[in-house]
Amino acid sequence: MSKVELKHIDKFYGEAHVLKDLNLTIEDGDFMTLLGPSGCGKTTTLRIISGLERPQNGVMLIDGVEMINAENAYYADPAKRGLNLVFQSYALWPHMTVHDNIAFGLKIQKLPKDEVDRRVRESLKMMRIEQYDGRYPNELSGGQQQRVAIARAVASNPKLLLLDEPLSNLDARLRIDMRSELQRLHRQLGTTIIYVTHDQTEALTMSTKIALYRAGELAQVATPMELYMNPCNLEAADFIGNPRINFLEGKAVYENGKLHVKTNIGEHDFDKSLMTDQEIPNGEFDVVVAVRPEQITFADATKPGAFPVKIYANQPAGSETLISLQAGESTFIAKAIGLVHYEIDQDVYIYIDPDKMNVYDAKSTNLIKRAVI
Amino acid sequence: MKGKVRKPFNKVRLKNQFLNLVTNPFNMIVFITLIVLFCLIVIPLFQMIASTFTLAKSETRRVAQPVGSFTLYYWKYMLTGTLSAATFWIPLKNSVMIGLFTVLVSLPLGSVLAWLVVRSDIPGKKLIGTLIVIPYMIPSWCKAISWLSVFRNARSGSLGLLAGMGIPIPDWLAYGPIAIVLCMSMHYYAFAYINVSSALRSINSELEEMGEICGATKPQILARITLPLVLPSILSSIIMTLSKSIGAYGVAANLGTRIGFYTLATKMKVFINDAPQGVGYAMSLVLIGIAALIIYSNQKLIGVRKSYATIGGKGGRSNDMKLGKAKVPLMIFIVVFLFVAMVMPMFVLIMETFQVTTGNGYGLNNLTLYNWIGTVDQAQTYTSYPGIFRNEKFLAAFWNTIKLTAIGSIITAICGQFLGYISTRGRGKWYGQLTEQLVFIPFLMPGVAFSAMYFAMFSVPHLGGLIPSLYGTFGMILITTVVKHFPFASRSGTSNMMQISTELEEAATLNGAGFWRRMQKIVLPLAKNGFISGFMLTFISVAKELDLIIIMMTPKTETLSYLAFTYSQDGLNQMADAISVFTLLFIVVCYVVAGRFGADLGKSW
Ligand SMILES: Nc1ncnc2c1ncn2[C@@H]1O[C@H](COP(=O)(O)OP(=O)(O)OP(=O)(O)O)[C@@H](O)[C@H]1O
Ligand SMILES: [Mg+2]
Repeated sequence: MSKVELKHIDKFYGEAHVLKDLNLTIEDGDFMTLLGPSGCGKTTTLRIISGLERPQNGVMLIDGVEMINAENAYYADPAKRGLNLVFQSYALWPHMTVHDNIAFGLKIQKLPKDEVDRRVRESLKMMRIEQYDGRYPNELSGGQQQRVAIARAVASNPKLLLLDEPLSNLDARLRIDMRSELQRLHRQLGTTIIYVTHDQTEALTMSTKIALYRAGELAQVATPMELYMNPCNLEAADFIGNPRINFLEGKAVYENGKLHVKTNIGEHDFDKSLMTDQEIPNGEFDVVVAVRPEQITFADATKPGAFPVKIYANQPAGSETLISLQAGESTFIAKAIGLVHYEIDQDVYIYIDPDKMNVYDAKSTNLIKRAVI
Repeated sequence: MKGKVRKPFNKVRLKNQFLNLVTNPFNMIVFITLIVLFCLIVIPLFQMIASTFTLAKSETRRVAQPVGSFTLYYWKYMLTGTLSAATFWIPLKNSVMIGLFTVLVSLPLGSVLAWLVVRSDIPGKKLIGTLIVIPYMIPSWCKAISWLSVFRNARSGSLGLLAGMGIPIPDWLAYGPIAIVLCMSMHYYAFAYINVSSALRSINSELEEMGEICGATKPQILARITLPLVLPSILSSIIMTLSKSIGAYGVAANLGTRIGFYTLATKMKVFINDAPQGVGYAMSLVLIGIAALIIYSNQKLIGVRKSYATIGGKGGRSNDMKLGKAKVPLMIFIVVFLFVAMVMPMFVLIMETFQVTTGNGYGLNNLTLYNWIGTVDQAQTYTSYPGIFRNEKFLAAFWNTIKLTAIGSIITAICGQFLGYISTRGRGKWYGQLTEQLVFIPFLMPGVAFSAMYFAMFSVPHLGGLIPSLYGTFGMILITTVVKHFPFASRSGTSNMMQISTELEEAATLNGAGFWRRMQKIVLPLAKNGFISGFMLTFISVAKELDLIIIMMTPKTETLSYLAFTYSQDGLNQMADAISVFTLLFIVVCYVVAGRFGADLGKSW
């Protein structure tokens, strides 16, 4: 139950500028995911919020209270920020039992013994690991250690819970289980959560909001749906989505309140209402049209807007099938649900809803036409 | 915003920065540690340098200047004076020569043994591997004493084993450079052995097998594949052996001084005990300079501080190389080596403690327990001392040794963990690096030179009597021992602290634990095991020491090693032997106990 505001945060390690003028607001109750490739500064952001690292510039407020003011060299004590952190390595104390690990912080707060025990039991129960109370961390599996680490973090009733790639050490199945577990935890506690990952599926499935990083800067902050449907530039579009989004090069002119785009899959007109507020070049200019593979459907030749293409390859994978298509010089991928079969070099017709297309200015790489959500 | 901008002056920030600094106990501890290290290492070094340029009272007769004035007298005396050849240049030449020959003998010996034990199919490898490191556990001064028990001739009054059997032993064999080089080689081959064998272990034998598949012969594989891979460890063994043997005191003093053969280390002691002390200090500066030069040139050659660590790491699967026809001769070589280096001298040494007259055979009429438990009125021949267990001097020395090793190694080990904590947590930060560098300095100094430095520093009062003169006190020996072992102890502390991830501490911070609570609840419990093994290794290393403390000995502070040394010098050979044997037993017990606690004995220097 906490609102976090980061303003103009700069972090240097020696000469390396790791966070560059970072501005980010995390609303009360958000499940905010920091998403980005390795080394882009996600962990650093988390460590700055938690107080384990001190930025050289910037201000941070939690619920309007100043926690960092680099100008005045003021950095609130980590323990006084009302938050807790789950480390990627879990950082469970190997010489303490599960119970002692969880009770540690509570004892430091000088809570009475029965209150400590009650809280430990509660958080063990919440993470469904009551039976491991007396074990040492090295007597637990990775997934169980993970739960203990979370239990330890929530035992102190933090207003803000920070999680650094908590699922990266788990196997694929456990990861899916833990994802739903974390979602439920968020609902149950109502705590603001900041979650770091470089796995976009995790980000898209769990968060209420995603902050997409790019080399120490924020590329985009949006809801998962918005981020997926309307990545703000070509790089973000390329990063989000699996299989990758299709890029089709083309030409465009903006005339009479309409954007006229011509590519290898035909010509489309887009209404002014769908345009972003990015600047539009005069005359004819290069664009990139981006289409998600699942937006490409196979259609009858008679359907208005249907477009002829050739099958290039066919990759059935049980629950879905990826089909490579060719139109003129461009190749792109379509995704169909279930097992579908086409012959190589077969001629077919496809249909793409123009509303779902994204159009990017090739020069600035920015989004100029949004998809309708 | 580009780059870091200097912020304009701001009072609140200044106040907060100050508060951040002083309210964090870690900062305060780093601050205090740096000051202490500075006082214990940098200042004594400068003090010693200064004292070689400052006129002392004893020389005012020869130099017409007031006490304390600047003078080049000592350096001139040493380098160009009329006696400079005998005081400096010849001992310098002797030291260098002994260092070089010791390397020449010990390096091939250690490397070949290492290769045989790690890589060949020689039978009984495990046993051989254990036996081979035993000679290293024996303090080098004990080796000198057992050398004497074998080779002593009429010059020392009582005969050794060989002379007693009627074999004439010339002086040049019994004493002097050859004896010194051989004794030291029997000690320092362990550097080569330990370094090379761990390097060999970390090499995957598939590398060699690949050579075989390519059609190389065994000698070719050795020369072209194995050797280059272990070259760094060979190089660092050379460096360690060289720097250690050039500055070694115990062996050189025991086997050299009685025929007037001096090295820089033994000559230096003469000057420090008599006058002019300034010359002694200048000599120890030369020794420090040589050692520093050798070690730094090694770091330039190898890059990292490998000279100082054994190369750890596990290798892959390792297939033994077939020795074929060479197996039998090599077996004989090892057996002879073990016999000559270990069994025979030990046997002779132990037997001599039971002899009435040394070199007179082991007939019943020549055997006695007198040297161990005799009383003065039983005194035979010309000894006027009781057997060592009734000798008060021995008991006092034993007590001193125990006291010094126990207290010294506890303090050293604690400081080591502490320094290790600071250097790991400060890794990549200026204070971490500074701590590491300061702590490394004593490693550059030969034991005698190091103690000479402390002698110069603490045998006079400082700060107007606030730090009193420590001359002749246990405290002075203790401080010297502790600081000299800093590099070693802080290494073990560092590797211990590296295993405690910072995240464990950060997790505690987030749960509200302050610095002291973190220390108490997280760091200390986790550091416990590493601490115990670090402590045991320091303990052994201190117990073996003679070089370091010899300059500071007074009758009240004698240790076992010093007592054995003086008895041997005085011709009380059986007494000296008995003390050596006793010390050996003591050390073996320590090794066994340390091994129980899981200490990695390969790491004890
Ligand atoms: N203590 C440090 N000293 C110097 N550089 C550092 C330090 N910690 C991080 N960095 C650098 O800062 C950058 C950002 O690191 P950070 O750990 O925040 O990345 P990340 O986004 O969490 O990556 P990952 O997904 O791999 O965990 C990296 O380039 C890293 O090399
Ligand atoms: Mg990270």
